[in-house]
Amino acid sequence: MTRELWKGNEAIAEAAVRAGLEAYFGYPITPQTEILEYLSKRMPQLGRAFVQAESELGAINMVYGAACSGVRVMSSSSSPGVSLMMEGLSYIAGTEVPAVLINVMRGGPGLGNIAPAQGDYNQAVHGGGHGDYKPIVLAPASVQEAIDLTALSFDLAEKYRAICMVILDGSIGQMMEPAEMPDMQSIQRAHWDWATDGKMGQRKRRILSSIYLDPIQEEQMNLRLLSRQKTIQREEVRYKEYFLDDAEFAVIGFGTAGRVALSAVRQAREKGIRVGLLRPITVSPFPVHEVEQLIGRVSGILVTEMNSGQMLNDVQLAVKGRVPVEFYGRMGGVVPFTEEILHEIERVASSKLSAETNPRDEWFERMIGMR
Amino acid sequence: MTTTIPNTLVYERPIGFTETPTHYCPGCTHGVAHHLIAEVLEEMGVIEKTIGVAPVGCSVFAYNYFDTDFVEAPHGRAPAMATGIKRVLPDRIVFTYQGDGDLASIGMGEIVHAAARGENLTVIFLNNANFGMTGGQMAPTTLPGMKTTSSPLGRDVETQGFPIRMAEMLSTLDGVSYCVRRSLHDPKNIRLAKKAIRMAFETQARGLGFSMVELLSTCPTNWDMTPVNALKFVEEHMVPFYPLGDYKVSEAIKQIKI
Repeated sequence: MTRELWKGNEAIAEAAVRAGLEAYFGYPITPQTEILEYLSKRMPQLGRAFVQAESELGAINMVYGAACSGVRVMSSSSSPGVSLMMEGLSYIAGTEVPAVLINVMRGGPGLGNIAPAQGDYNQAVHGGGHGDYKPIVLAPASVQEAIDLTALSFDLAEKYRAICMVILDGSIGQMMEPAEMPDMQSIQRAHWDWATDGKMGQRKRRILSSIYLDPIQEEQMNLRLLSRQKTIQREEVRYKEYFLDDAEFAVIGFGTAGRVALSAVRQAREKGIRVGLLRPITVSPFPVHEVEQLIGRVSGILVTEMNSGQMLNDVQLAVKGRVPVEFYGRMGGVVPFTEEILHEIERVASSKLSAETNPRDEWFERMIGMR
Repeated sequence: MTTTIPNTLVYERPIGFTETPTHYCPGCTHGVAHHLIAEVLEEMGVIEKTIGVAPVGCSVFAYNYFDTDFVEAPHGRAPAMATGIKRVLPDRIVFTYQGDGDLASIGMGEIVHAAARGENLTVIFLNNANFGMTGGQMAPTTLPGMKTTSSPLGRDVETQGFPIRMAEMLSTLDGVSYCVRRSLHDPKNIRLAKKAIRMAFETQARGLGFSMVELLSTCPTNWDMTPVNALKFVEEHMVPFYPLGDYKVSEAIKQIKI
């Protein structure tokens, strides 16, 4: 296999094609439009379905229909567009059909801007749509990882009859990096025993819906989703760790924030600070156990994100006050510089830390002070 | 060349119909529309390869009545869902069954664009001039002056806008091959409605693009009328406002005679 120069968005599109994507439905929105554009050419060439929908509402419901038919289907969008898809995502979750969604996140709330951000963490990881459900959420930090996780997302979605979202920020979507593309897989329809693909004289009719009028039955369904989440939590946690073996301090960050943090960690190591990095690759399921492993080993944790501390909450839930947690975030589409995170590592390493303080409030005070 | 399709009379439960007790109100014409669809699917011999898309509204449980695969769409999104199905399973017969709240209000974007793209699917559109399932609120199709629970003094077009004539509107789109309005208020019109439903499905079976049959329908419960008076209301008030007729029949479809 050869490494080629791939742009993040186009790499994701090609990776999906090679993973057996049979249908794509999307709507233009920066900074993910290259996925739509690439597939508008590639999918018809292969005789596969491509529709530029009238809206993200249309797109996600086309995904819903194709998902019920039992094929590998995907959509992609960016923050405001993903908000529009939340209705459909909740229905997809409630119907227990597999679907893949790429969110190339941008600054918000509202129309925001088109700069890289991670402000949709909560929306993705904690459900987003109405009702009780949690998608599987993968967070790549490079073009190569975006390729690998896109391919994986179809397997996970099908395995758990669940939504698998890949969340990345605009910088990974837009940048070019050398990366290796997997081999082309031929399309092999799984013929699932739940798909509404027509009786065709073979079986009794099937109905796919998200309706459970009887509250007891709905609760049974909620419990089924929860028990599936438990299995996913047990089986599917993925992460990368760097320099944690002898670390006194740990940084935790995902996606681009984790990638910038790695450079900062390397520079801090050169300065003699024993710091390591935990980079969650699955943010749902969150690597709870791996965070807990840090307790007793490190004297402080620094969470860094391109939002106001959304993953921070999940870290704090895992830590339960057993070790001091600090936070550094940039928002609105601002990507932190390595020096900023290095400065934060130095601050954490030289301060008297307390597990009693609220890291988000303290960070907010420092941000206000900087203005 | 003219194709003639024999008209077979059926006097028993269509095989495409399941034995499900109706959940519709007495006098409601949803049941008639369901029956006509089941008969047509049977006559065309396509039950095994049909996939239905149910809406949100009174016909949310439409899937209980048809012996075909069925999915249940979010409110108004049935044409988008049907698009997703038909694009990956082009040899199946795919239809949506939608009410006027679903299709003409919240689902206006989805229906217009499915029609504009010429999606090769069939839409059966029940127009009973109100939101039935939620208890009879004003719909985009509610007649001027008509009382509903959300237009208690009668629909005032000055503040509540004008009704939308969907069949006329969609017929202007190039992607539409067959678009007609029929009524279910008497046996003669029911027979005409069945023919139209057959034509709509024949349009799809021949790959000729988007087809829709709008059916004027009753809602005795929310209109606060007896079933008989509700049928009269359709004839006397709905039909004049929503004229019955063929709004678009493409040349290829004109060749089909039933």
